[in-house]
Amino acid sequence: MATIRIPTPLRKLTQGKEEVTATGGTIGALITSLETQYPGIKERICDDSGQVRRFVNIFANDEDIRFLKNLETSVKDSDEISIVPAIAGG
Amino acid sequence: MTTASAPSNKTIPSYVEGLRCRECGQTYDKAPVHVCEMCFGPLEVAYDYARIGKVLTRAAIEARPHSMWRYAELLPLDGPPAVGQQSGMTPLLRADRLAKRLGLKEVWVKNDAVSYPTLSFKDRVVSVAVSKALEFGIGTIACASTGNLANATAAQAAAAGLPAVVLVPYDLEPAKILGTSIYGARVVGVKGTYDDVNRLCSEIAGKYGWGFVNVNLRPFYAEGSKSYAYEIAEQLGWRLPAHVVVPMAGGSLVTKVGKAFGEFEKLGLVPAPARKTRIHGAQAEGCAPIIDMVLENRDHVRPVKTPTSIAKSLAIGNPADGFYARQTIIGSGGWAAKPNDDEIIAAMRLLAETEGIFTETAGGVTLGAALKLIAGGQIGKDDGPVVICITGNGMKTQDPLVGKLPTPALIGPRLGDFDALQATWT
Repeated sequence: MATIRIPTPLRKLTQGKEEVTATGGTIGALITSLETQYPGIKERICDDSGQVRRFVNIFANDEDIRFLKNLETSVKDSDEISIVPAIAGG
Repeated sequence: MTTASAPSNKTIPSYVEGLRCRECGQTYDKAPVHVCEMCFGPLEVAYDYARIGKVLTRAAIEARPHSMWRYAELLPLDGPPAVGQQSGMTPLLRADRLAKRLGLKEVWVKNDAVSYPTLSFKDRVVSVAVSKALEFGIGTIACASTGNLANATAAQAAAAGLPAVVLVPYDLEPAKILGTSIYGARVVGVKGTYDDVNRLCSEIAGKYGWGFVNVNLRPFYAEGSKSYAYEIAEQLGWRLPAHVVVPMAGGSLVTKVGKAFGEFEKLGLVPAPARKTRIHGAQAEGCAPIIDMVLENRDHVRPVKTPTSIAKSLAIGNPADGFYARQTIIGSGGWAAKPNDDEIIAAMRLLAETEGIFTETAGGVTLGAALKLIAGGQIGKDDGPVVICITGNGMKTQDPLVGKLPTPALIGPRLGDFDALQATWT
């Protein structure tokens, strides 16, 4: 099962857990799997059309999934996925 | 310019109602939070403009000290600022020699290269953020930075007597590292790009409870940028310019310039211009994710994985405010341009040689973009006031100029040597 790092704004939905695990062959499948464990989490990450919200960044092993295949990016059990809110410049 | 430290506006009450998600409208109490729990949208400070409109007049502002705090009702503190009382009110100078070279009638330079205390517009946002952190009772100040913010955060944290932790990309200009370490801050170089630093800071902020000026304090911090635009309007004689050219990294400043002009108009402090101020964005060719959104008419950010420009202070490949920055530009009728490194250096030299202002590479980006916008017809030769936003100081980014400027002539200490040299000058 892949490890998913949960950002602070979503931890109310994961009972405060910073890291959770889920199964799924792609990022999209992983999010669907997360939703079954933690109802309500998918709508926070994805918009009505199912796409990742514009202020959410998802990284697969430190690589932004927009440089990979977005929601179709494949995921292995050993992978670490991070969900990170967009933050300001400096 | 700078004035005595005691602001006369210390009794001004707060007009902040709370925080509101810019995406979905969800409201939150004032707190060090920056992201909407519902949709991840950015949180913005919400003001009671009806009440502000009853008290904030030109006369009231003009009677106050010459600092950014003369606009206190439109800044998000609950009391007087604890630090940065002298920040803001930098010169807006009429740049006739530059205008002549640009072929324009009326050009102004808003010069935050001489911002107090650390020579960039980041002094404005950090003055707000550190003062706000003290209001929240936060004990440690931190930031992710491309340099200028590092300097400002370290300085203002020192002035507040708070420890500072500053995370920067490992390959930052040495002057910006030194200009941070001197204040006693803990400086951490991260092996990666600014976007890697940002991501790490997002996780650190969640874990350590520090006040990251551009993470969990961001809604308050970003409001400080508005003072730059308020000053432009006031210093132009209470009017808005026809054009303003703004450098962009994360895209926050350009959106706040648009917000500030809108607030002044809404409050009746400036007349509505016949045509809305066109707000133009500038990024370097080597890292131009927001410019490309405008040029390609696209509303989502396509991140730049490895920025390559000499303008490191603007090298943010994944701009958090990209969506709203583009919206501000397009909504104002403005446009976007991305000079390359040679054009950036040429523009830095042009500003220095015509107006005596040594700006950092980001300033070269702004003026270089203005040159392109003039050539492209987006800024017309006969248009009204054009404001060039200079936000940082060239003394901090000298490395890219090495080898690009004439080296000093070397002579012996004899008049004959000088005469011989002078005879070669054309």
